[in-house]
Amino acid sequence: MRDFSLDNFRTLWEEDVYRRITIRTVGLAVAVTLTDALLALPIAYYMARIASPRTKAILIVAILTPLWASYLVKVYAWRILLAGEGPLNWMLEPFGLTGPGYTTTGTWLVFTYLWLPFMILPVYAGLERIPDSLLEASSDLGSRGLGTFRRVVFPLAFPAIVAGSIFTFSLTLGDYITPQVVGNTSFIGNVVYTNVGVANNLPFAAAFATIPVLIMVVYLALAKRAGAFENL
Amino acid sequence: MTVGAVVLRLATAATLAFIYIPLIIIGLYAFNEDVTQGWPIAGYTTDWFGEAWRDEDVRAALWLSVKCGVIATTIALLLGTLASLAVARYRFFGRETISFLVILPIALPGIVTGMALNASYVRFGIDFGLLTIVIGHATFCIVVVYNNVIARLRRTSPNIEEASSDLGADSWQTFRYVTFPQLKTALLAGGLLAFALSFDEVIVTTFTSGAEQTLPIWIFTNLARPEQLPIINVVALVVILLSVIPVWIAQRLTREPTGVGGTTAAAAGARQ
Repeated sequence: MRDFSLDNFRTLWEEDVYRRITIRTVGLAVAVTLTDALLALPIAYYMARIASPRTKAILIVAILTPLWASYLVKVYAWRILLAGEGPLNWMLEPFGLTGPGYTTTGTWLVFTYLWLPFMILPVYAGLERIPDSLLEASSDLGSRGLGTFRRVVFPLAFPAIVAGSIFTFSLTLGDYITPQVVGNTSFIGNVVYTNVGVANNLPFAAAFATIPVLIMVVYLALAKRAGAFENL
Repeated sequence: MTVGAVVLRLATAATLAFIYIPLIIIGLYAFNEDVTQGWPIAGYTTDWFGEAWRDEDVRAALWLSVKCGVIATTIALLLGTLASLAVARYRFFGRETISFLVILPIALPGIVTGMALNASYVRFGIDFGLLTIVIGHATFCIVVVYNNVIARLRRTSPNIEEASSDLGADSWQTFRYVTFPQLKTALLAGGLLAFALSFDEVIVTTFTSGAEQTLPIWIFTNLARPEQLPIINVVALVVILLSVIPVWIAQRLTREPTGVGGTTAAAAGARQ
């Protein structure tokens, strides 16, 4: 390195393709986060409020174990599942459907799968903290199940959902393995990776890598205001 | 049981199926007779296990992964424990900064860590190999041990350590006979988790391994070669078992009802 310059950031701003990749990456991170939140709420609610203490303990281990283990193997498992002659298409065939294959939809599905436990656990912990008396009060005041969920449970669980979203969002932003194994498009991570290795343009890679970091700084600031940090 | 509870129970079962079926299927594929990876599996065999074991590259990669895991875990146990003791038991300049630095990795994608390490190694002329991989793994393994130990320290009172020194024990004796026994299971759990993470780490390792191959890197580079898929299936099953079993034991050791969020954060930080 000889001189400092902002050329790399100018390239990022001016070249259409990098702006598209950034938008695509953020869009995917948002989609994955929303899907995970939707999938996590029922199981987290069951764990926190309905399951017996014994079942609850088993469920926590059942969710925590895959969270810690075998990231690459899970991605590889989906490469097998999504293959043309693979299990997913075989399952869908009787219904006249085909799976997403190695596409952006496939990438979205695999990311959703990978980070789901990271959403379930904080949401579970958040739901567990809601005092029973609040739910009883709500039903005493005549609210039915869904009404209580919408007006009492969801607002109280929201900071926990935001806490979970920090993981799902940031993990998707920085990943470059999954799109490479089960996808057909480039995301920020892929461009950074190619520029470090094949293209050997470290300064540009570094400049592009600051974008997810900046996005996360903003995201963390917003999450802090939503009260998510108490739920981490 | 109300209708709502039945629906929630079904949703829970479906979510568990979603999480576990892919893992079970990959386990089945390790016994697939056929080289093409179609479904349903036509016949089962255990031949690929022997085939994988006879593969020089796979054996070398397995050995390297075990070495890296053990060394990185040892470093993490030493440094992570020291850091957590310092933060939990002493007040000093920069204490808040250290506890913040543990949350920071969440905002730092692994690709950034990998790039930074790679550039530093090149700059200081360090040859890529075991050492460079271990340094990379230690960065996130330390966080895991730190988190486990500090959670335990916060639940134990410093009073008994003071009592120990009041009774005339020097600081080493206090650590050996009072602090360490309380930390034992937390250390074991932290160590197991650190090993599991190191054993299947791929994002940082790509940048720090040079020409060497750990087991996950071996999988990653062979994905594009169809004739290698049966062996990859076997290796994948081994990686699942060698990372799931330590994690499972670690959880049995530390049943901490409130620790769920903290461990999630640690895992996410390390996973990046």
